[in-house]
Amino acid sequence: MTSKLLNHLRALHAATNNQCRFARSSTNLFLSSSRPFSDAPSLPQVSSTPQPQNPQSSISFSALSSLNQEELAKFSAISETWWDSEGPFKPLHAMNPTRLAFIRSTLCRHFGRDPYSPTPFEGLKFVDVGCGGGILSEPLARMGATVTGVDAVEKNIKIARLHADLDPLTSKIDYCCTTAEKLVEEQRSFDAVIALEVIEHVANPGEFCKSLSALTVPDGATIISTINRSMRAYATAIVAAEYLLHWLPKGTHQWSSFLTPEELVLILQRASISVKEMAGFGYNHLTGRWSVCDDISVNFIAFGTKTNPNQ
Amino acid sequence: MNRLITRKIAENVNCLKAPQRNFCTGVAAKIPTSNSAQPTTDHPEEQGVTNKIHQHDVAIVGGGLVGLALACSLASMPLTKHLNVAIIDSNPALFSRPSIKKEDPPDPRVSTVTPASISLFKDIGAWKYVEQHRHAYFDMMQVWDYTGLGYTKYNAKDANKDYLGCVVENRVLHSSLLSCIQDIDFQKTIYPSKLTTLHRNSSFVGVESKSSASPLDQGHSVKLDLSDGSSLCAKLVVGADGSKSRIRELAGFTTSGWSYSQNAVICTVEHSIENRGAWQRFLPAGPIALLPVGDNFSNIVWTMNPKEATDRKTMSEDDFVKDVNYALDYGYGPHPKSSTLGNGGILSWFKPDVTLSAAECFEVPPKVTKLASQRMVFPLSLMHANNYASKNVVLIGDAAHTVHPLAGQGVNLGFGDAFALAKVIAEGIAVGTNIGEVSLLRKFEAERKPANIAMMAILDGFQKAYSVDFGPLNILRAAAFNGANYISPLKRSIISYASGEQKLPLFT
Repeated sequence: MTSKLLNHLRALHAATNNQCRFARSSTNLFLSSSRPFSDAPSLPQVSSTPQPQNPQSSISFSALSSLNQEELAKFSAISETWWDSEGPFKPLHAMNPTRLAFIRSTLCRHFGRDPYSPTPFEGLKFVDVGCGGGILSEPLARMGATVTGVDAVEKNIKIARLHADLDPLTSKIDYCCTTAEKLVEEQRSFDAVIALEVIEHVANPGEFCKSLSALTVPDGATIISTINRSMRAYATAIVAAEYLLHWLPKGTHQWSSFLTPEELVLILQRASISVKEMAGFGYNHLTGRWSVCDDISVNFIAFGTKTNPNQ
Repeated sequence: MNRLITRKIAENVNCLKAPQRNFCTGVAAKIPTSNSAQPTTDHPEEQGVTNKIHQHDVAIVGGGLVGLALACSLASMPLTKHLNVAIIDSNPALFSRPSIKKEDPPDPRVSTVTPASISLFKDIGAWKYVEQHRHAYFDMMQVWDYTGLGYTKYNAKDANKDYLGCVVENRVLHSSLLSCIQDIDFQKTIYPSKLTTLHRNSSFVGVESKSSASPLDQGHSVKLDLSDGSSLCAKLVVGADGSKSRIRELAGFTTSGWSYSQNAVICTVEHSIENRGAWQRFLPAGPIALLPVGDNFSNIVWTMNPKEATDRKTMSEDDFVKDVNYALDYGYGPHPKSSTLGNGGILSWFKPDVTLSAAECFEVPPKVTKLASQRMVFPLSLMHANNYASKNVVLIGDAAHTVHPLAGQGVNLGFGDAFALAKVIAEGIAVGTNIGEVSLLRKFEAERKPANIAMMAILDGFQKAYSVDFGPLNILRAAAFNGANYISPLKRSIISYASGEQKLPLFT
């Protein structure tokens, strides 16, 4: 991360401390208005941007409106293509190694593990919130972690289990069809909580972050990735991805439900997670490759640690 | 493609269909762990397999120079040294290493190792073994043709290097790689047998009990059957088994190419003095190359049409030596004049930048005094696999591409492939990828294919350009020789590209 980004983060921390009251009220307004659909407890859904993804936006168990059933059905229809790397999830598969590179480097640093070891996460418990077909959970398991994969769509969990059983290294992943809130109720805790491309589909991001934080052990890590609410992201992730390139079904994302990095830092801070590193993902159309970069104007990922109340 | 594989599986492993049908109807069914591709100690369903099926991470089919280079490379990197590697090759040299005595004359099969390959060897720690045996660095190379109109002399000092390359016998390279891999604590198993069939797991997995369940990413391992009856499983199969690759055939890779109507005669010869440089003269039927091997010996690679090749193989040794000397020096045309256009003239404005070798005169190659080995004849062809990678299988080295020997690049392209693949595998393991995944292997392909194709195109171009004896074309070629000799930036680029430092011939 360049010093520019570090300074940006420091400024965010300073700003939040100074203007917390103002920011809180404005973000409260924003947060309450940004979720036009259900008020029900947030449901972590897996999605990726700007990729074709499950069109299942914020669905909740209790609000089973006709719209939600349609989305469920839409998603179920393509859920079997999760592991078809040439199918509708192709851009997500392309982006996956890049996300994993960031996760590996930040978590190795955080937990003090050898970055040259093929299994640096031995003995650590991770949870992948909104795991979908398990495309993030499996590599994490191969890197030695004890992974729990969580998704609200039963079909995804089935697909994930079947695929994970093909490789002895990944067959130990524990997949559950549940939500982050339910895991908190069960008082589960993990060394690292990872929720990639989920928070933009959640009804109440503040509550969602609180759940994620409750699942993290003190001094544990939380990693969230999402799309920035910027003009550039509107042009790229909504207009280009959904309407021009047809990477995603139309209506997958609502621009108003994207979060800016400042807002994400703020709501994480209120959930006792302080963001230590942030990076962006850039896509090179010529080579078709994603890479980690400093540009957080479209896709970005944040790594935070839970503050230890004993300190 | 899927249908072809399923038919093959159906033919070979009929009894496994029963368990497949059983779980397909179940909802959220768990795949039985005793899968056809997952080896277990008790495997009663397997037809006629009484042995245990060993599970490996990588199976390298072919333990030649390129296959062993890949194995050494994997053994030398921290991210990949934990991998369990199997090498399948029936060559007895892999087990009982024949000792290479210093007094033996050099074997005619030699390779010119470029500086880039040398540094790769040094990285994996194999070059020190090469230097314990006979090897010959050379720092000068002269190229000319039969017309006597032009010549080019390359010197390593032009590009600020110590040497242009090193000529090493293939058996020395092979033995050095073996020593290197035996030194390192690395899980490797050598299977002294040949590959017969390959099974890709295509058991269908469906959540709904539809008749034709959509094929999800089928099992991760590939099962290999060997000619001695044993079997093994691997996540990644690397085809390094040469131009007549069996794995390439089994995995269904298509190739393009053509055979040159030329054969190469190779042998070792002796001089009365030491040969310090590499010499190549383009003759009407094909080039003759004289490469130093060390200790007053040199290697001859003489390309000619097949009839002449058989004649030359069978003629007496004295006649052959006379022919070689004729081809190298006396015959055909006059010696090229040292500075046909002078160091002045139109090229004088390059003078400030002129390279060392431009000022050197044309040199006559050392005379061959006697033949020191048997003569071997090989047919030459160009071949390129249309794809290097498919699911769980990747091709490297001659299995993926063969070229004309006129620039000594063949095995160097193979070494480049081996090291690039090892690097890609390490990057994949770093982010927890399954190493047999096509997307990872395509990364390797995207890195190596353009470079290999560019080199092959250039070599093919040379081969075609020098096979025509036509007045104006001869003048053009002479101009090309002179240009390469006197235009220093061009010469430096050529040296740099041929040494393997530049991957693509972009003259920047």
